[in-house]
Amino acid sequence: MNDMTQTNLERALKIVGSRPARPDGVDKVTGRALFGADKSLPNMLVGRVLRSPYAHAKIISIDTSKAEKLEGVKAIITSADFEDFPSEFVPNGEMVVNMKDITRNVMAREKVLYVGHTLAAVAATDEDVAEKALALIDVKYDVLPHVLEVEDAEKSDAPLLHDDMITIGVEPMPTSASNVAKRVEFGLGDVEKGFSEADLIVEREFTTQQVHQGYIEPHACLASVSEDGQAELWCTTQGPFVVRNFCSKLLGFNAAQIRVTASEIGGGFGGKTVVYLEPLALALSRKSCRPVKMEMNRAEVFTSSGPTSGAKIWVKIGVKNNGKITAGDCVLKYQAGAFQGAPVGPGAMCAFAPYDLKNVRAVGFDIVVNRPKVAAYRAPGGPISEYGVESVIDEIAMKIGMDPIDLRLKNAAKEGTVAPYGPKLGPIGMIETLEAAKSHPHYSAPLGANQARGVASGFWFNIGGETSSSITINEDGTVGLTLGTPDIGGSRASMAMMASEELGVPMELIKPIIGDTNSLGFNFLTGGSRATFSTGTTVVESTREAIEELKKRAALLWEVSLDQVEWVDGHARLISGNEPKTMSLAQIAKQAGKTGGPIMANCSMNVTGAGPSLGTHIVDVEVDEETGQVSIVRYTAIQDAGKAIHPAYVEGQMQGGAVQGIGWALNEEYIYNDKGELENTGFLDYRIPVCSDVPMIDTVIVEVPNPNHPYGVRGVGETPIIPPLAAISNAVSRATNKRFDELPLSPPKVLAKLMHG
Amino acid sequence: MPKTHISTQINGDSYEFLCNTQQTLLDVLRQELDLKGSKEGCATGDCGACSVMMDDRLVCACLVLGAEADGKKIETVEGLSSGSSLDPLQQKFIDLAALQCGICTPGVLVAARALLEKNKSPSEEEVRFWLAGNLCRCTGYDKIVRAVLEVAAEARNA
Repeated sequence: MNDMTQTNLERALKIVGSRPARPDGVDKVTGRALFGADKSLPNMLVGRVLRSPYAHAKIISIDTSKAEKLEGVKAIITSADFEDFPSEFVPNGEMVVNMKDITRNVMAREKVLYVGHTLAAVAATDEDVAEKALALIDVKYDVLPHVLEVEDAEKSDAPLLHDDMITIGVEPMPTSASNVAKRVEFGLGDVEKGFSEADLIVEREFTTQQVHQGYIEPHACLASVSEDGQAELWCTTQGPFVVRNFCSKLLGFNAAQIRVTASEIGGGFGGKTVVYLEPLALALSRKSCRPVKMEMNRAEVFTSSGPTSGAKIWVKIGVKNNGKITAGDCVLKYQAGAFQGAPVGPGAMCAFAPYDLKNVRAVGFDIVVNRPKVAAYRAPGGPISEYGVESVIDEIAMKIGMDPIDLRLKNAAKEGTVAPYGPKLGPIGMIETLEAAKSHPHYSAPLGANQARGVASGFWFNIGGETSSSITINEDGTVGLTLGTPDIGGSRASMAMMASEELGVPMELIKPIIGDTNSLGFNFLTGGSRATFSTGTTVVESTREAIEELKKRAALLWEVSLDQVEWVDGHARLISGNEPKTMSLAQIAKQAGKTGGPIMANCSMNVTGAGPSLGTHIVDVEVDEETGQVSIVRYTAIQDAGKAIHPAYVEGQMQGGAVQGIGWALNEEYIYNDKGELENTGFLDYRIPVCSDVPMIDTVIVEVPNPNHPYGVRGVGETPIIPPLAAISNAVSRATNKRFDELPLSPPKVLAKLMHG
Repeated sequence: MPKTHISTQINGDSYEFLCNTQQTLLDVLRQELDLKGSKEGCATGDCGACSVMMDDRLVCACLVLGAEADGKKIETVEGLSSGSSLDPLQQKFIDLAALQCGICTPGVLVAARALLEKNKSPSEEEVRFWLAGNLCRCTGYDKIVRAVLEVAAEARNA
């Protein structure tokens, strides 16, 4: 592939790098696009879920007999309708899941483990009947003490969520159960030796709160299982193939029996990578033999889907007076929610990854608490650990009197750096983003009263994975693309652009669609910043295969050998001969019937070689010392995209990620009462940034090509949520001359620190 | 429970429907009339994904009862374009990539159109405060605000 890459990087690009209209644009501005809740079927039932009112309780009994007798109730399911599974870990995007836990999270079995945990589900003729039926289900509980915070959960006398959970990764293996699911450690060199060489050591503890992805579209699906066991599932998801596999396993279907069609998806950010309603709707439909539609309301989204971890972290960094870091060490304790699987592994791996360190260690603990089980959230684990490290870096810069960008430049990871998690890095853009930040006018602009400037960088791996897509050349010379990764932010456009660039036909003649699970081989989800990288790779490969076929057909028509034909600008061209001879794609396609039949190609592969994306953000804040309110005055996000296929959508990822990070830094947090009930289950109290909270988000796209993608793509979706947390905290610390170590920096917390230190 | 008979006008057309008294206008639009362009993100008036016009006033359809539409004039995202021509806001949102997932887009467009009807030359701050009731989690609002400002400027110069 390297040769191809060279060709692409050197040749002038016509489409890639431009900003055409997205193919699904009109559908989305006219209200025509169908999202998860927008589809209905004749004879459809409504499904509703009974959820736990307790944070932790043993289920003594569930009696559904009264509800079953209610007129209009067609099916009721409980854990008795689901097969149990032994403990088995299954990779899922950037996270790992365990089937024993998934089946218990989808439907509580022995215990309820958080408020909102599913206990039963009902399908009825309308929502009123379904709600009445839920009220008639009689559940007897033995309420148990609960635990919400990692520092309480790890104590030896803490209430145990799972009495058989023995900590993995600790030597010798513990003999008794605890809430600590696992310990991970990554590192290089000798940390103690590194600290002994330091002129200055800064260590600090940080706290972050649980936050939610906050996608505007709640989870929704429509399942229809026929009398012969054939199932159709329409749902909002980042991965229809992943949904198919989870649901078939949980419910005992085979994969071919369930056809999953992804609806348009109204935001996911990692939160739509696992299953919640989908297996319930299928089970209810199988029991009633009628279509069943289910939707979460907003409160259910907050209490019962998968937010990300709150955490306690400790960071220690040693440095020479000249700014060279001699050692870095951190301990990360992440909330997993009710079942193990906090993103502490990736958090530990990337904590120090922006830097070239010889002595480094990151230890992580995955700790269960009585909160909803966490799911992926944009660079899962990264924002938390890097917030701590980037805050300490800033504190060091202030203490040794060095510019924070210069300090980072002095220690920046580059091609050939051995990453703290093991591998030697390929070309990466840490230095390039730092230099772009330093020379940006924002970095030297004057500041107003009570204002200060913060900087932070972020590293994220990005992933590849199993991918399959296909291309068809239609008889009239137009082109169809079938893709297996849902389009969550403009990927149809990027795919059509790459195919257009390869084929040399206008993008308007290329129609990309998202296929269902019967139309392609397995596709991993849209996540891990992998869609443009992985699906893009298969699109380019299959397009090149289609071009080979088009050349063959032209050779047949011209009665020459294949090596006499080349492909230039959408045309086959005869290389030799006295006069130039060309045949357009449309002319070849029209005659496909007599040269061998329809022309199509597909590419299915396990895509490897994703390139890490580095970002550096600059933020100016203003702190109101009367109220503790922090305002974002100016913001610039700089990131290495490898190659921006459609720069507007790359900027969009950077701007959206930055603003999600602003929310995480300033407002967002799960607030629990002493009963373990979430108190802010709506957007009024769980306040994500609104339009008037933020300024324009300036962007600078840096392009250090990834050698493993035909156009150099790295993937850009996740990195931009990492820098804002520390950049804002650093700016607030500089504005107030007090070092902040807790998120969110909401007015009461900032005011308390200003008043009491 | 007997249903209530409602006569209303939606996007210029006459509609009649039966609804339960507790049914919201959003539920009626989506479930009874199959107008799925208005979205439910919260059902509590916090996200604005169901923004519609009722007698020229911008409302969250989830906070209005279906019965309240009686005798009123309702405009939804489905009424923004006319024939095959898009509203300039719709076209500009496509041109500037002012949408990513698109779930908030119908509500944002209806709200932005309402702003431009009232205020031909809004400042950036006025756009930001007017759209503060329309949550978008994907874009960070930058391109949305730019699109609205550009459409306003082009309309003034037309």
